[in-house]
Amino acid sequence: MADKFMVGTRKGLFIYQKNDDSWQISQTVFLGEQVPIVLFDPRDKSMYAALSHGHFGNKLHRSTDLGKSWQEITVPAYPPKPEDAEAIICPVRQIEIPWNLEMIWSLAIDPRNEGALWCGTIPGGLFHSPDHGQTWNLVESLWNHESRKKWVGGGYDFPGIHSICVDPRDANCIRVGISCGGVMMTTDGGKSWQQAAHGMRAAYLPPEMANIPDGQDPHIIVQCQSQPDCLWSQHHNGIFKSTDGSKSWQEIEDVKPSVFGFVVAVDPNDPNTAWFVPAIKDELRIPVDGKFVVTRTKDGGKSFEILTDGLPQEHAYDIIYRHSLDVDDSGNNLIMGSTTGSLWYTTNQGDSWQTLSTNLPPIFCVKYF
Amino acid sequence: MAIVTFTENIQRLIECPPMSVDGQSLHDVLENVFNNNPNARSYILDDQGQVRKHINIFINDQAAKDRKTLTDKIQSEDNIYIMQALSGG
Repeated sequence: MADKFMVGTRKGLFIYQKNDDSWQISQTVFLGEQVPIVLFDPRDKSMYAALSHGHFGNKLHRSTDLGKSWQEITVPAYPPKPEDAEAIICPVRQIEIPWNLEMIWSLAIDPRNEGALWCGTIPGGLFHSPDHGQTWNLVESLWNHESRKKWVGGGYDFPGIHSICVDPRDANCIRVGISCGGVMMTTDGGKSWQQAAHGMRAAYLPPEMANIPDGQDPHIIVQCQSQPDCLWSQHHNGIFKSTDGSKSWQEIEDVKPSVFGFVVAVDPNDPNTAWFVPAIKDELRIPVDGKFVVTRTKDGGKSFEILTDGLPQEHAYDIIYRHSLDVDDSGNNLIMGSTTGSLWYTTNQGDSWQTLSTNLPPIFCVKYF
Repeated sequence: MAIVTFTENIQRLIECPPMSVDGQSLHDVLENVFNNNPNARSYILDDQGQVRKHINIFINDQAAKDRKTLTDKIQSEDNIYIMQALSGG
């Protein structure tokens, strides 16, 4: 059972550790700075934290002593823009997509080589590091892919890669989730890419465009580690599931109290068990009736339970962002952090929840390690 | 030589003491700064070498005009102030 986790927030990184039966904050670092995403690499026990300084840009830090000390490492940077590079114009807003790092939005391990990492960014560049983040290379095959001309911003002004799913059977098979650009998939380690969002549906587009894969806004994509052909997505438009390795997606409708949300977690040992945190779509983004609940399916989406034990059921306006729900390797323990600084955990798959804090800064990400 | 002074706010992230450096343009001055303090570059300039959007640079009492290619002329004895904008906090 995981006994430590990281919480990246609007105002710093907090490391929780379990001592006996009690969770305590054991480290507080980068206080005052935004921490949009974190990563733990179990191969060498390195921790990585992205920082987004309001004035001074995005930075990346690494700890090799489980969070006690941190060193700034190289941040992924877009190479000099060639003078003859075609300007990519957002097809909806008609604004140019920048050729600059706007935000680090996802980090993942590349299992092919120790210390190798993937990094997804806004405005849509995927980067690879062969050496613990000392150097980074833009994956130009994706950056120059024709489909990028169709990507648009979702919650942010520009498109971004928030999900990186490295297939546990084959590290050359990678799916990245893009808001808004669907799911891009490679089977050759990033040399070539294909769209893999067929079946997703976007009610926020005109009917003629609703099924175009490149226009989809999957808020997050997760892959079951024990049955990797099963993937789940909390999409802007609802809940989607794939059972064929993202060749196709099926929409799951009529889930109470709402199919809108930002996050999904899947049990690593059971592809049919997944958790969602619903909210009123999409201009409001608050829990339905002020009741904060988690929905859980244990039968692959045929039915859902509404989990409330330990969660606030009146005047609760917490939202769980896409990286702020994590499940540990056992599939029994989950940690969940909200936009209003509430932090909960469960040890029984969500049957009941315990509150760890109600006054942290707004939470961007949580991660067991 | 021009005197380059950094916002106090950056000092909690990286060491940026005031520096006297040569250069006839803002670009040349900043390159000389970064040659002495390479870690400062990415805090002031973006990936494409342009001034970050929430960084302000003043040459004496005038805001730098060319934030993309940094061609503003610099005179000896000029004071160059690198500050954070009110936006971006």
